[in-house]
Amino acid sequence: MYTQGLNEQTGRPVAAEATEDEARLRAFQARIDAEEKIEPKDWMPDAYRQTLIRQISQHAHSEIVGMLPEGNWITRAPSLMRKSILIAKVQDEGGHGAYLYSAAETLGVSRAELIDQLLSGRAKYSSIFNYPTLSWADVGAIGWLVDGAAIMNQIPLCRCSYGPYARAMIRICKEESFHQRQGYDIMLKLARGTAAQRRMAQDALDRWWWPSLMMFGPPDAASMHTAHSVRWKIKRFTNDELRQKFVDFTVPQAKFLGLNVPDPALRWDAEAGMHRYGEIDWTEFNQVLKGHGPCNRERLAERRAAHEDGRWVREAAAAHAAKHGARAAA
Amino acid sequence: MNAAIAVPPPDARVRYLLRLADTSLVLGQRLGEWIGHAPAIEEDLGLANTALDLMGLARLLLAYAGELEGRGRDEDALAFLREEPEYLNATLAEQPNGDFGDTIVRQYLLDAYRLELLERLAGSADGRLAAIAAKAAKEARYHVRYSGGWLVRLGDGTAESHARVQGSLERLWPLTRELFDADEIDRAMAEAGIAPDLGEVATAWSRRVDATLREATLARPKDTPYLWYGKQGRHSEHLGYLLADLQYLQRAHPGASW
Ligand SMILES: [Fe+2]
Ligand SMILES: [Fe+2]
Repeated sequence: MYTQGLNEQTGRPVAAEATEDEARLRAFQARIDAEEKIEPKDWMPDAYRQTLIRQISQHAHSEIVGMLPEGNWITRAPSLMRKSILIAKVQDEGGHGAYLYSAAETLGVSRAELIDQLLSGRAKYSSIFNYPTLSWADVGAIGWLVDGAAIMNQIPLCRCSYGPYARAMIRICKEESFHQRQGYDIMLKLARGTAAQRRMAQDALDRWWWPSLMMFGPPDAASMHTAHSVRWKIKRFTNDELRQKFVDFTVPQAKFLGLNVPDPALRWDAEAGMHRYGEIDWTEFNQVLKGHGPCNRERLAERRAAHEDGRWVREAAAAHAAKHGARAAA
Repeated sequence: MNAAIAVPPPDARVRYLLRLADTSLVLGQRLGEWIGHAPAIEEDLGLANTALDLMGLARLLLAYAGELEGRGRDEDALAFLREEPEYLNATLAEQPNGDFGDTIVRQYLLDAYRLELLERLAGSADGRLAAIAAKAAKEARYHVRYSGGWLVRLGDGTAESHARVQGSLERLWPLTRELFDADEIDRAMAEAGIAPDLGEVATAWSRRVDATLREATLARPKDTPYLWYGKQGRHSEHLGYLLADLQYLQRAHPGASW
């Protein structure tokens, strides 16, 4: 998912909570068990706070880096309507990033610090955005599959125990489901189009299918933080549960498009009432996560360049605000 | 050529609409290049807002121009399948983004022009154009506030930002002359009550721009003699590259629908 890096991040030892006051901890857990929302001013265990900061900021970074692969096609969108929809979509992702940084800030960390972590390579963002967008069909495939996978993961987060995050996710999920439908609509048009357009659509599915499955993170057996996050109701389903939901949801859509899911082992298991899919190449996943995906360097370099090139502008805004006592816009 | 035509021929009206449409289209296309690369997330969002409004306006105007032309060309046929000299945008709109200061100067000069023009076009004798312009004028008010706000911040920010944005202003200023240099189409439209008198627009624009430059502590550049005529299809070198990107898929897949 957008926060897959959590599963391998070492971060802060979860055992830190052991030193917190036992009674407060029990009361905290009781509130969570009663489905109460935790708000910024409430007491919370430090490990809970750190887990949320990591998760929300990784999610925010993913939104921001995720603007790049699709932004790539804004100038080349094939109709004025598609261009407008794509601009609005990429704009939405930027809005999600801003909104999530604000949610993270309620936990006592600044947006500037978080962005610094991203640009210095210390923070993770979703590996899916380290794959290239090579054709217009990739814009469709990203909307359909990547936004689709994001929704799978994020709908349960609308009930996350931390209030500001849960509320952010409600708003974000609404927009992500628009994106998913628009992406599918692009694919549909291509699948019903010329032979070249159908080839384009199939090629995009071939390239985006496996990375989309990897978005849900490592298999449960290899996932470090799941148990803890589940107890705190930051996470309500495991990686494998969500991945299975996604496969079951998406395979029929691919069929409707007349496209082949690039997995020879894929089959419907009538007894279990679910699709069985082939082995995921976790070596590739780990390589991309460690920075060796096709576009890791470019994406980060582009973010850094935007940040550096914008420095004089942000300084000007701050200087102007200081002179005139107004709020800085940047 | 005859200067005064009481009822302008459809061709002149189509060309006039294309000037407005193409300036929106090309400027929106340029702003689209920024998204994901702006100095702060808020600016990604702000530039995208203006880009979306410009695309929306371009679509309405192109659709209208296509109908008036009567050759079965829709908004996309006009946007994607014309040759370079057939694009009638102001040359200023096609200038490269440069740094954020260049983009803001280009945007402010054009936003101020668009606002003054659109407010007057809202009273056009052409009812459909008047309705389109009335809606677009409301949007242009936001655009001017955004680009003007940044022009002031950059001009009256740091020494570096002041110097940079004054440089942008000097470079782009010569391209504003075209906006107000009325040719026979502008005059014919004005005489028919379809478009305002460009001299009047120029005066209002000047007043607005001067006030903003004063607040930004920037100096108004001297007018220079050279006239660009993008609005007559004579462009700078930059439009060709912009169109290569814009048209790529439509050219590569003739007749496909998207
Ligand atoms: Fe998003
Ligand atoms: Fe999205």
